[in-house]
Amino acid sequence: MSRPRIRWHIFVFLAPAVAIYTAVMIVPIVNTLRLALYTRVDQDRVFAGLDNFRTLFFDPLWAGHFWNALGNNFWFFLIHMLVQNPIGIALAAILSHPRLRFAALYRSAIFVPTILSFVIVGFAWKLILSPIWGIAPSMLDAVGLKSLFAPWLGREEYALTTLALISVWQFVGIPMMLIYAALLSIPDEILEAGEVDGITGMAAFWKIKLPLILPSIGIISILTFVGNFNAFDLIYASQGALAGPDFATDILGTFMYRTFFGFQLQLGDPHMGSAIASAMFAIILVGVCLYLYAIQSRMRRYQL
Amino acid sequence: MKHTTFRMALLTTALVASGAQAQDVTLTIESWRNDDLALWQDKIIPAFEASHPGIKVQFTPTAPTEYDAALGAKLAANSAGDLITCRPFDKSLELYKAGQLTDLSDLEAMSNFSDVAKAAWQTDDGSATFCVPMASVIHGFIYNKDAFAELGLEVPTTEDEFFALLDKIKEDGTYIPMAMGTNDQWEAATMGYNNIGPTYWKGEEGRIALIKGEQKLTDPQWVEPYATLHKWAPYLGDSYEAQTYPDSQNLFTLGRAAIYPAGSWEISGFNAQADFEMGAFKPPVRTAGDTCYISDHTDVGIGMNAASANPEAARAFLSWVASPEFADIFGNALPGFFPLSNAPVELTDPLAKEFVSWRGECERTIRSTYQILSRGTPNLENETWGASVAAIKGTMTPEEIGAKLQAGLDSWYTPQN
Repeated sequence: MSRPRIRWHIFVFLAPAVAIYTAVMIVPIVNTLRLALYTRVDQDRVFAGLDNFRTLFFDPLWAGHFWNALGNNFWFFLIHMLVQNPIGIALAAILSHPRLRFAALYRSAIFVPTILSFVIVGFAWKLILSPIWGIAPSMLDAVGLKSLFAPWLGREEYALTTLALISVWQFVGIPMMLIYAALLSIPDEILEAGEVDGITGMAAFWKIKLPLILPSIGIISILTFVGNFNAFDLIYASQGALAGPDFATDILGTFMYRTFFGFQLQLGDPHMGSAIASAMFAIILVGVCLYLYAIQSRMRRYQL
Repeated sequence: MKHTTFRMALLTTALVASGAQAQDVTLTIESWRNDDLALWQDKIIPAFEASHPGIKVQFTPTAPTEYDAALGAKLAANSAGDLITCRPFDKSLELYKAGQLTDLSDLEAMSNFSDVAKAAWQTDDGSATFCVPMASVIHGFIYNKDAFAELGLEVPTTEDEFFALLDKIKEDGTYIPMAMGTNDQWEAATMGYNNIGPTYWKGEEGRIALIKGEQKLTDPQWVEPYATLHKWAPYLGDSYEAQTYPDSQNLFTLGRAAIYPAGSWEISGFNAQADFEMGAFKPPVRTAGDTCYISDHTDVGIGMNAASANPEAARAFLSWVASPEFADIFGNALPGFFPLSNAPVELTDPLAKEFVSWRGECERTIRSTYQILSRGTPNLENETWGASVAAIKGTMTPEEIGAKLQAGLDSWYTPQN
């Protein structure tokens, strides 16, 4: 009887990826989780157990900010799911229409904002919407709808939705591209077979194409979820670390940044900051797991 | 993970920087004032080196937003410069407590500064001073002289006159009465609340009583400024809610607004941008004949790295910074940043002169939230930003604001007498 040979080449091939991933992802994450369990008393770091989390969730001063940020995050996500993804799917469906002219041009034009920096997008939209220099008020004025204009980014009730829509504008290219690729991979035979059975036009989309691209929609949803709950840049670039007006646009990312690094006179608190980062990590982890077990594993797949 | 790479980058730059210290006595200055690099190299350092042979000085600034992190890393790695530009209050106090800044109380030239000037760089009990005060900024209102002449307006001295003036400008309609927005939040607190407020709480008297716990933010003198701020709203122009700080600056320098609630740091920028004549008036008093109070906020100081290899030379430099000679060079090169020493300085910029003349007429104080009260969470200064915006917009009543701020302060601060 011979002992199974150790297949060293597996470890050799895995090593670079494991090493890099460990160094840049796993170690910092574990360290952040560890940091969240400590607190600073005078100049020393002291182990505090779950005290930071107790403060974060139950101390009225912290909890108010935390739940506000979490609620804003959900609203941000909801807008993306309700606006970005349906528009992305619709655009992909139109683009994949065989008789559409200049499809490549539209595709590139819609995708371009995605490759722009958040900072550029933030400042550009801030200028567009500026009540003083922006083109939004004058354009509305030109069509006689000046009364509809409001300083959206400055009002508590509109600011977050406005920013979410700006983010939708920026990222609508991603669901569009993914769905577009999925639509192109549907073999013509299936559609032709449908046509023979009398399923054409819109019905073909709803009854044949949509079920076939559902797995892609699932992937997009989860990407949107992770992206939105990690969001920070756009809010920071356009509204600053205080996420004004009156914290109306404060999401977990900006809340974490403010706490961890400090802001203006507020000194940074790495321990509370790590606690918030850990909470974000947990929320995303739970969300992704729920999705993977509850939805992705039950989704019907069709062999094409 | 971003954080660690950033730190690594800082450490490497720190190592490179320390390689430069080779000559017998070369002093290196850490600073966030990279805008002032030319001023230091062309004016301040040559003047010092001329009178102090044998000491060379290098000014090595970092970007303002990176300064605190970079300085922290350099100090930890023992590669920071000999002289350290000090932020006011807690950030420098932390460095002193960590033993990274030297106690300078015994520096003779310290007697050139008033207690208010030194307060920003002292321990809470005032026993040790660890930075030499360098500059302050004064709050007030800058106005468009041409516009005032055109509309036949007079500079106001009382609050009633101030609002009557705003009414007139609004009625005329050529100019936006006042250029300020609430989008960036801090202007409402800094140029609003802390500009007009000292008149209500009687400057230092109220500020110190608040720290001692003898007054509360729910007291009328702390609440009423919010009510006054609310009266500003109709004069701030359309859609002020989304107007940013640069928007306000541009509105004023383009001549579209008549009055700009200001800090004196705007002076050099405005001189370059505006092509009309500007004047300034101090925060209006409540009734004619009242003592006036101005916010003369200590902003920049300079201290000595406790690990400096050249303590004697560093002290010589600091003594020189405290001298009238330095005040004269600095004050004239940077109009709007006023030297803090008691020695009178002859300024040439007319607008800066106007600002600094108030020191003789009014009682001076600093921003109410900066000393001690912004040490905990929630942070009183940051809360005041939001509160001032809420006051202007009217989303909260002044009484609600006072109660909220006091509750936040009470949650972590116990006054010490």
